[in-house]
Amino acid sequence: MKALSKKFLVIGIIFLVIGAFGASVLAAEPEVIKISAKRFEYNPKEITLKKGVPVILEFTSLDRLHGFRCSGLGIRTDIKPGQAARVPVTPQKAGDFEFHCDNFCGSGHGNMAGVIHVVE
Amino acid sequence: MDRRDFLKLAGIGIVFVSGLGRVAAAAEKAGKKLPGDFYFVQMSDTHWGFNNPKINPDFGGTLRKAVTLVNGLEIHPDFIIFTGDLSHDTDDDQERRKRLTEFKQIVKDLKVKDVKFMPGEHDAAVDNGKVFMEVIGKTHYTFTHKGVNFIALDNVSDPGGSLGDQQLKWLSDNLKKLNKDKSRIVVLCHRPLFGLYPEWEWETRDGAKAIDLLLPYRNVTVFYGHIHQENHHMTGHIAHHAAHGLMYPLPAPGSKPKLAPVPWDPAKPYNNLGFRSIEARMPPADYLVTEYPIQKS
Repeated sequence: MKALSKKFLVIGIIFLVIGAFGASVLAAEPEVIKISAKRFEYNPKEITLKKGVPVILEFTSLDRLHGFRCSGLGIRTDIKPGQAARVPVTPQKAGDFEFHCDNFCGSGHGNMAGVIHVVE
Repeated sequence: MDRRDFLKLAGIGIVFVSGLGRVAAAAEKAGKKLPGDFYFVQMSDTHWGFNNPKINPDFGGTLRKAVTLVNGLEIHPDFIIFTGDLSHDTDDDQERRKRLTEFKQIVKDLKVKDVKFMPGEHDAAVDNGKVFMEVIGKTHYTFTHKGVNFIALDNVSDPGGSLGDQQLKWLSDNLKKLNKDKSRIVVLCHRPLFGLYPEWEWETRDGAKAIDLLLPYRNVTVFYGHIHQENHHMTGHIAHHAAHGLMYPLPAPGSKPKLAPVPWDPAKPYNNLGFRSIEARMPPADYLVTEYPIQKS
């Protein structure tokens, strides 16, 4: 009986260690923010991030080649159909930073834009 | 009376765009006739199909006015080059085909029959130049005129505004045929080759690679469109000159939070719309650029 409870104790400790380790790994994983692009809009077109908190922006295109340029935060990527583009970002300053499509995509290309709000 | 005397009498401003211009001017003053002179006209950004009357109430007539003005030049140019955005953008291939065909029909009235065309992103970026090539022709090519080597580059069929490795290799192969000290090279393109204002896509993403290929050549000048205003810039010894548009002006680089056409000013109709002539004199090399506004008629 004593040997059995010792066994359970060891198993319990192993589970606790694995659980704690797993949780810490999960906590370190940055949030993924999914952004889709199609002629001539982003969804969402407003994104709020926290200063100093890392995130991953994951872009997908629903129709054709688009681009994403946010010069204020130093972000630029192509968004190709059928291929997710993942961009890690850790904003270092608060403010509103406009972004727009920089791969010419048609008649509404000039209005394909949005804004990233970075809050303290 | 030669063409330069005519321009002076007409009171039209003329500007040398090369430091070597002073040499030619001195020769002219001394009464020496320089051989091999010619001039051509650059027309740009006609945006046929644009139809917002708040921006240009004469959207259907401005191109025709420009054609009439070019036809009225005292001395006809050797050739005319359109540096892109012949048509305004549309997502419909059939409509783009129609606009480019109508454009072609209008410019058939030009008296000078040697007319060359290049695409802008409005003509070619949505379908990688497919309809443009079908209706107008090649998107990049070379030609030689009276000893000057012209290279027309396509930095618009790629939606991101790159020349691409294949075209850069083509450029490199063509440059290898030329003499680094003696050849006169004029590069024509739609977007600026350098990063004039990347936030507004006023750049060629891999333009620095093209400039690097051109830099070893002593005599290179670039004429381009896209920004709908006059702009002069140097990258090393290479001069880059942007032309006015023929449908609507755009604001100065970075002067507005968002890029948008400058609305029509009834007090100054056709303000900042026009074309230019470029006079090549040789030797020594220089280019004389003359800007012609579109007047209300």
